[in-house]
Amino acid sequence: MNIQNALGSTPLSRRRALWGLALVAPNVLGLMIFFGIPVGIAFFTSLQNWNALRPPEFVGLANFQRLFSDPAFYNALGNTLRLLIMVVPIGMALALGVALLLNHRLRGRSLFRTLYFLPVVTSTVAASIVWTWIFQPRYGLVGGAFAFLGWQDVNWLTRPDLVLIPIGVVVIWQRLGFDMILFLAGLQAIPRPLIEAAIIDGATWWQRFRHVVLPLLSPTTFLVLVLSTISAFQIFDQVYIMTARTTRGGVGGSATTLTYMLYDRAFIQSQFGYSAAIALVLFGITLAVTVFNLSLQRRWVYYESDAS
Amino acid sequence: MQVSLQLRASTAVPHYDRLSIGLQALFYAILIAGAVVMVLPFVWMVSTACKPPAELATLPIRWLPENPVCLDNLNQLYRTSPQFNSYLLNSAIVTIGRTLGQLVTCSLAAYGFARFKFPGRGLLFTLCLGLLMVPFQAILIPEYLLMRQLGWLNTFAALIIPGTFSAFAMFLLRQAFMQIPLELEESAQLDGANPLQTLWHIVLPLSRAAVAAFAVITVQAAWNDFLFPLVVANAPATRVVTIGIALLQGERSTPWNLLMMGSFIATLPMMILFIVLQRQFIEGVALSGIQR
Repeated sequence: MNIQNALGSTPLSRRRALWGLALVAPNVLGLMIFFGIPVGIAFFTSLQNWNALRPPEFVGLANFQRLFSDPAFYNALGNTLRLLIMVVPIGMALALGVALLLNHRLRGRSLFRTLYFLPVVTSTVAASIVWTWIFQPRYGLVGGAFAFLGWQDVNWLTRPDLVLIPIGVVVIWQRLGFDMILFLAGLQAIPRPLIEAAIIDGATWWQRFRHVVLPLLSPTTFLVLVLSTISAFQIFDQVYIMTARTTRGGVGGSATTLTYMLYDRAFIQSQFGYSAAIALVLFGITLAVTVFNLSLQRRWVYYESDAS
Repeated sequence: MQVSLQLRASTAVPHYDRLSIGLQALFYAILIAGAVVMVLPFVWMVSTACKPPAELATLPIRWLPENPVCLDNLNQLYRTSPQFNSYLLNSAIVTIGRTLGQLVTCSLAAYGFARFKFPGRGLLFTLCLGLLMVPFQAILIPEYLLMRQLGWLNTFAALIIPGTFSAFAMFLLRQAFMQIPLELEESAQLDGANPLQTLWHIVLPLSRAAVAAFAVITVQAAWNDFLFPLVVANAPATRVVTIGIALLQGERSTPWNLLMMGSFIATLPMMILFIVLQRQFIEGVALSGIQR
């Protein structure tokens, strides 16, 4: 077999095959160089002891051993999970709620959609700076509201037990519009006759929601769940900015997320090998979330085609 | 594309969706309360950006500055951060570079995968699909090492070139291209057009909506990017505006009115873009959800 035959049996199909290869080549090569190869390097780096002073040295799985016995790692993992437990359910519930309301014929619904979406287009950095000011004790917006209500002043960003709350608030505020749009698209894909039939059968609003809308919306719900879970593992900007005035990463590491720890170990402490091990754990978690959700999806999500 | 059609078509709502007055009032109350929470931080940002230092520490909260000094604060910002304009310019260069680059590489590749048969097509496509599962943070270190190896640290090459390739945009465009009737392309080919001419004259114009949606999403992501520029290009000459305002924030002495002014300026371009191209933004999000 020669190259010509491998490309196709006729001159025309050969020419089209060459065109196809030429068209995809720039992006595929670029993706492999700048994203594919780095995945390989990440594995390789995680097996090395590598800091600014000494040349890299192969150490096998030592970085992972160190990582899994490092209290700082469990602290960062814990903070990430705490943020996730706060951000994902609340964010999804709010987004679904707003989407359900906006799915009705209401005057000004496009204005509402615009306002709810506005934070999505704002940079995380700018948003985090604004919210840092909002959460400043005494003269910040929250401080002012507390003073107005006669409540005790709270320093949200320096208290280790509270610092994740303002960070979570920014994440939810910036994500709500995004999830809302996904839910709206999902709601509008629900066939109207099904809802009409439920109304004719005398179903109440709640029954309709519980037994018609929610099951039919489940593909979207799972999509939003996967996307927001994965993005919760990547929270970085908010931590970096909102703890900048006190201690980066929170007092005593109280706001350090996995991604922030990765950044800190690699680019502040120059421990590339150790940090690459964190990166691989992050990668593993993301992959696990995706795979877990895919398998769960098969069991729980209702697709129209299942019914036939 | 179906999504976008539905989003627009849904204004025609049948009778059963009519709400009683009481329910309508309740819905409006909830929506307005929510909208206030969403918008208040912007109002607070602009209000603070125009306050003189003396009004920063006042209780009760003052929404309208008594002596607004917007321009003074703007000048003060440029005194504190003399290179702020060049940060804005750098962000614009990076944003335009990445978006145009992706438009070229991704529409070519999307067209190739959508319409051409060649050996290894399935494998290459799956490989690209696999890359979507890798969070960028996971390859941040190798990416940095690669930039260092190439001598690209603190250059626009690092900020732009890796960002000109995208598996995600490629999938998005491929999906749109595949919905174009094949006959249109075939007749162009019979008229002697080569694939590049067909792509440019037939396929891209017919996919305008998807291309626009992809473009605004890319612009927004590039303008707001922070972690990667922080790691590979934190020198003054290539500093982008997100890092510029983060640096202001890092200095404890920077007063809040200047920080809010900086944040406002850094946010303004995307806000204007969003107000003008709302539909494209929302379609982009809806599409990106469908794709993944």
